Amino acid sequence: MNELSLHILDICQNSIKANADLIEITITENIDKNIFMIEITDNGHGMSKLTLSEVSDPFFTTRTTRKVGLGVSLFKMAAEMANGSCVLSSIVDIGTKVTAIFEHNHLDRAPLGAIEDSINILILNEREIEILYTHKYNNQIYIFDTREVKKVLDGIPFTDYNVIMWIKNNIKEGIKMIQEEESR
Amino acid sequence: MKSLDDLKKIRDAAQSKVNMRGKNDGMRVLVGMATCGISAGARPVMNTFVEKIAENNIEKVTVTPVGCIGECAIEPIVEILEGDIRTTYCRVDVEAAERIVKEHIIGGKVVLDYVIGKYRL
Repeated sequence: MNELSLHILDICQNSIKANADLIEITITENIDKNIFMIEITDNGHGMSKLTLSEVSDPFFTTRTTRKVGLGVSLFKMAAEMANGSCVLSSIVDIGTKVTAIFEHNHLDRAPLGAIEDSINILILNEREIEILYTHKYNNQIYIFDTREVKKVLDGIPFTDYNVIMWIKNNIKEGIKMIQEEESR
Repeated sequence: MKSLDDLKKIRDAAQSKVNMRGKNDGMRVLVGMATCGISAGARPVMNTFVEKIAENNIEKVTVTPVGCIGECAIEPIVEILEGDIRTTYCRVDVEAAERIVKEHIIGGKVVLDYVIGKYRL
């Protein structure tokens, strides 16, 4: 996977599998400290200590259709390649948090990529889940909250073409704006 | 950047169209979106389906991300369900997705070039 947003999409599928109805995705870019951090928090059913110790093993999976589970291991590898780390914490019945830290300017740190495409797919999941996306760039902050969007939409589905385009544009431009604002 | 006010305008325009679709009636497009699917390129494929279907105002078709069915080597896999009829496409890319929308979903004819039987596993 050549974009971090693809990893984010992949990790969030675990949250959906864990029956989460709220996923919080927070990106923190701190240029001075050379940090790029991704935090994904869900309110799913969580994992036991034993499961938690096994998830980054590529040969661990809860699924029955195949014998390997690469999602978390690949994400961990992506972080370690960029001189960072990936930590998981989880409490049964409360939820799970995945935190990955990268060196911002590391050559092997993959770009975030089209995060708006990943969020769009998460929104279209059958089980309706709320997404709170927060992107911090130094002192600037951009927030996208599906609950806020839903309030405005008032029953109009997320599958409406203009709604899809609005969401994508809002996220893409929102992130660009905070980056430009900061570099002024 | 498009604001929430723009979204309100979109909502009002959509309300006047009155084409609220029911959730699970009609055709369903399932796109494999597990680790294998994502790394094989399922994200742009799913977005192509979603956008083309919305753009053409095709009603009663829902596009849903699903898990892995265990044939990771031939991902991205897309299944189209229409009542009891199931068509499984494999190694779908954006170009294939556009053809499936045009020829299968709109035209009603299975795109044989991408159906699963065409490939040896």
